[in-house]
Amino acid sequence: MSRNDKVLVDETLEGAVVFNVPFPSDLKGLDQMAPIILKHPYHVDYIHSYGQDSPFFAGLANKRLMGTKCTACGQAFATPRKACMECGAECEWVELPQQARVHAFTVCHFGSEEFLPDCPFVLAQVEFEGFDTLFLTRIQGLDPTAPSLDWIGMKVGARFRRLSRLKPTDVWFEPL
Amino acid sequence: MRPVYVLSGGVSKFAKARPDKTFQAIVKEAFDASIADLGLEPRQAIELLDGSVASYFSDHFQRQLMSGIMAQDYLGLVPKPSHRVEGGGATGGLCFQEAWKSVASGDMDVCIAYGFETMSHVQTWKGNEFIALASDVSFDYPVGGFYSGYYAMMVTRHMKEFGTTVEQMATVSVKNHRNALYNPYAQKRMALTVDDVRKSPMVAWPLTRLDICTMSDGAAAVWLASEEGLARVEKATGKRLPRVKVTGVGRGTDAMRMADRPHVDYDTFYRKYALPIEDTDGGRAYYRDLWGKGFRYPGVHSFRAGRTASAQACKRAGIADPMAELDFVELHDAYTSSEIQTYEDMGLCRYGEGGPLAADGRTFLASVEYGLKLAKPSTTPVNPSGGLIACGHPVGATGLMQAVFALWQLQHTIPQHFGDPRLQVPNARRGAIHSHAGTGTYVSVSILEREDGGAA
Repeated sequence: MSRNDKVLVDETLEGAVVFNVPFPSDLKGLDQMAPIILKHPYHVDYIHSYGQDSPFFAGLANKRLMGTKCTACGQAFATPRKACMECGAECEWVELPQQARVHAFTVCHFGSEEFLPDCPFVLAQVEFEGFDTLFLTRIQGLDPTAPSLDWIGMKVGARFRRLSRLKPTDVWFEPL
Repeated sequence: MRPVYVLSGGVSKFAKARPDKTFQAIVKEAFDASIADLGLEPRQAIELLDGSVASYFSDHFQRQLMSGIMAQDYLGLVPKPSHRVEGGGATGGLCFQEAWKSVASGDMDVCIAYGFETMSHVQTWKGNEFIALASDVSFDYPVGGFYSGYYAMMVTRHMKEFGTTVEQMATVSVKNHRNALYNPYAQKRMALTVDDVRKSPMVAWPLTRLDICTMSDGAAAVWLASEEGLARVEKATGKRLPRVKVTGVGRGTDAMRMADRPHVDYDTFYRKYALPIEDTDGGRAYYRDLWGKGFRYPGVHSFRAGRTASAQACKRAGIADPMAELDFVELHDAYTSSEIQTYEDMGLCRYGEGGPLAADGRTFLASVEYGLKLAKPSTTPVNPSGGLIACGHPVGATGLMQAVFALWQLQHTIPQHFGDPRLQVPNARRGAIHSHAGTGTYVSVSILEREDGGAA
């Protein structure tokens, strides 16, 4: 069996609670001591403001997709930014169409700890007619076990969560 | 700017976890190796060094702020000047260049760049969560923040644009893991086949576990010096050191949100991003044809920052044709796909030709058996050390690890350092190191060159 075939054991953070460790009578033995490893939990609630991007999230709560357009050079951003990346001028809010095309995608079979329960899911960049940049979203309604490059270019439509959580996942797309 | 030489380097053993030591002691391991290589005692090294630059990516992994100063004091380098550099995956490469600046500017004569990451403090998927925080937490992270997923999206677009195949990507994994068989510092030393790579667990389609680097604990350290500094170190060591000079540095950036990257037209590409070797009738015809098929640049399939960083470094080093003029490249292959994309950014081939280049043999070593049928002979080995995929990716150390391995190539001391001559690029005189952060947001490229005769 090649090294590649070895059985992988799931990683966990389980361990024993200990209240003391052995100590040698000869101090020279200390350098041979195994390292002491502790579990150390850390939880925190952040107060995150969407700041100037807040109207985008208000849009999601009202089933509207909002992008921005540069008031000077006309660059149209499908993911909103209030300052134009091309020329530095101010951008104004504009509404996006609710149909798009898949520009690039993947199927996540693993993910960050927070998203492991969602796996597998389709993550994609989608493009909109009349907009110069893309938008990151999830695609529902495709078989994650049968990914195909033919998905690129596919027409998809926006769907919105009925009760908004004011997160970018309030919107997702499905094949039309 | 003054000339800057690379004098010595050291790396710790890269491993999934190093609970035997704290991060400071792992840095000390790399630091001591760089000192021993010069034939000096730590006391002498401390006296010779004017200061340092510290490199580490994340404060989350250790839940320790100001780790840099803790390494600095553990090494005995206080009260000498130092600062910390951070730039995602490119942290190590940026640190190397900050140390270069310290010397080139005249601020220091002898500067050490040291870097580390100890990622084993959290479980792998929590670690991926920390890394994914290096994406926009308003718009990107909550959708399914996962770097392997981000790179996988880039590569599906690359496959669609250019016909790049999963087998070509797997070939990169075979090459780099097999090279690492002869690198004792590497974390994953494996004789794989293309089939092994494709059959390993799917992580983010089409990237499997063996297309992706692992998290690691590790450290690396590199000495840089001016001519005066070099003379000072040589006086202390009593021996002449090989003249390995930094002849070009370059950096580039791109938008954090991949969605924001532009899609420029042919004329803009030629005006702002084309390399001198692409500015020929043949090059223009090739790209006009690509644009005719709907290609736009850089989109999400190419790293514009890699292109501009490499163009700047090559221009400063007087390199017009990187494939012909570089003897080897150590580049940031966090993913097999990003090695292929980086070939194109660096001008080792044109955009769209990275897939075929990955599998035709030119980026392989003549001295290693890969179990593959390669159509062309080795010309410019890429990641002869095994790269990030096989060596591991302790983020803050990675770009400095590349500098150390590149230095050993140019010193022709790979046989001594690796205990095996197979990874030594024959007569290596000029090499590039390439360090890359979050989907191509920060990229640094540095060119190292052997100035004197080069007899080992």
